Amino acid sequence: MREERRALFPEEPVQPVGSPGGVPAGGSGEAAGGARGLLSAAGRRAAPWRLALLFLLPFAVVVAVFFFVPVVLTLLLSLTDVSVATGLGGFRWVGLENYRRILTDPVAGLLLRNTFLYVGATLVLFNVGLAMVLALASSFLPDRWGGLFRAAWLLPRITPSVVYVLMWKYFAAEPPYGVLNQVLGWLGVEASQNWLYARPWPMIIAINGFVGASMGMIIFSAAIRAIPREQLVAAQVDGASSWSLIRHIILPQLRWPVLFVAAYQTLSLLASYEYILLATDGGPGFYTTEVWALYAFHTALSNYFGNAQFGLGAALATVLVIIGIIASVLYLRFFNFRAMTGRPRIEVT
Amino acid sequence: MLGNISETRRPAWGAWLLLVPVTLPVVALYAWLLLASWSDGMEGFRPLALTAENWSFLWTEDPFAPSIWRITWNTLLFAVMVALGEIGLASTAAYALSRLHVPGRRFWLGLLIVLHAFPGITLLVAIFMLLQRLGLYDTLIGVVLAKIALELPFHVWVLKGFYDQVSWDHEMAALLDGADRLTTWRRVVLPIVRPGLVASGVFAFLSGWSEFLLPYVLAPGADTQTLPVYLSSLLSQADVADYGTVSAVAVFYMIPVLAVYFFLQRFLVALYAGGVKR
Repeated sequence: MREERRALFPEEPVQPVGSPGGVPAGGSGEAAGGARGLLSAAGRRAAPWRLALLFLLPFAVVVAVFFFVPVVLTLLLSLTDVSVATGLGGFRWVGLENYRRILTDPVAGLLLRNTFLYVGATLVLFNVGLAMVLALASSFLPDRWGGLFRAAWLLPRITPSVVYVLMWKYFAAEPPYGVLNQVLGWLGVEASQNWLYARPWPMIIAINGFVGASMGMIIFSAAIRAIPREQLVAAQVDGASSWSLIRHIILPQLRWPVLFVAAYQTLSLLASYEYILLATDGGPGFYTTEVWALYAFHTALSNYFGNAQFGLGAALATVLVIIGIIASVLYLRFFNFRAMTGRPRIEVT
Repeated sequence: MLGNISETRRPAWGAWLLLVPVTLPVVALYAWLLLASWSDGMEGFRPLALTAENWSFLWTEDPFAPSIWRITWNTLLFAVMVALGEIGLASTAAYALSRLHVPGRRFWLGLLIVLHAFPGITLLVAIFMLLQRLGLYDTLIGVVLAKIALELPFHVWVLKGFYDQVSWDHEMAALLDGADRLTTWRRVVLPIVRPGLVASGVFAFLSGWSEFLLPYVLAPGADTQTLPVYLSSLLSQADVADYGTVSAVAVFYMIPVLAVYFFLQRFLVALYAGGVKR
């Protein structure tokens, strides 16, 4: 329904005859046809056109300067050898040399493996997996309590990344400081290690996943809410167990939300590296937790040797930019689908 | 409204048994941080001694670092400029896309959706070069512009949703009374979508207040230092045993975040559901 309204409004087809909005600015149309002329296309559009341009211009400028120019700049930079050493004056065009270097870089295989592990595990275990568990379980509780649990899971997302990672660092610390080791000690497990160094991948995935779970949780909870009540009640009256309720009635209706969250989060995980940067900075050791996006960042913007290689870094980023553009264009269809089905607006508890 | 699935009031033991242990670590993280900020050393959850000394950074000047109040001021300035900029640009652009006759409207809407999904952070290298070229590198205004740009599509998208829900009758009535479109927007439509503007503004402020990567890369100088960048440098210097001060700074930094979390949660849930970048 909303889609329909959106389509109607801008054309203003319901303009009553003689309304002030229809007063033509130029007067070219109305001379011919009196009241009918007031509705002439030219007259109606004159004022809104100018206003629309005025309203859209700043947005368009920002998009041009900070999206279009950078995309083109990334592509161009990736064909040069610009670095701190060459400066902006002394660089050369090197064609596809940077891409050749990436393909032959012995680290590339490790980066790909790490990136797949990072995106795949975080997505499956947390952003969709845990999110689904939280949404389902909290939906079985009375509103007040379910809302409380969901609110608790929003905390990691709202917490500034630096503070959030800081807490995890101290949680993971070696004895006697680390909380994780203390808790394991209570449970009778003898461990005396810094978990960020001993088990970097499970830690990185958990650190990202605790933040990532909340988006799926909110969207899935809303979708569960949207399921017609009668279906759930009828099944329960028929004696269906909670599990078969979930299995046969709820899960089948969550197919699209799951697909949406998975698609959206894949892209944002692929491009994000802030938490890894703060937690392990790609370590411990050489490239243990270095993912593609972080490697691009290290190469271009935070080089240990002081010679940041913008060209090579841009080539690494180009790979992500192209994936991003393709995926975003695919979402265009996806979002349209969502608008069409018109899912109800999200709970506000 | 219809929160619990169990109409029959079957006690949901399974749900409780699942949610409590899974959620415990989240709560524990924050409880630990609060405790650590008031104690002289922690061993796990056990404070060795309680003290207020950790908070002395608020009133003692460190001659080798910029003052905490200067850093806080920078952070506040950054967040407020980001919020005002995003609201200003998004409230106009979203109105145009929602209600006005825009040439090539389908193109703009498609572009908006693509930009909304596109991970802008992949453009960081290019934005870095761009700001250097424009002479805006290592300035607060440069980071503000970059931050606004990267988040603008999201805010336009959200506000357009709010405009779309405004009944056309309100505008029509004002137009019939002789007001032009600009006046109608300002006097009639804007007040109606005020909840959206507030939600969007609060969100933009928080996002600016929390932003680490952009200031860290685009404005690394001491003059433009913000709290997250300062905190990250503290964290990388601090010995693991010396987390009293670090925790206190972290709690101090979290104050506005927690205030919003406790008082304006309803806005946040609605906005996060709009699909925000992580």
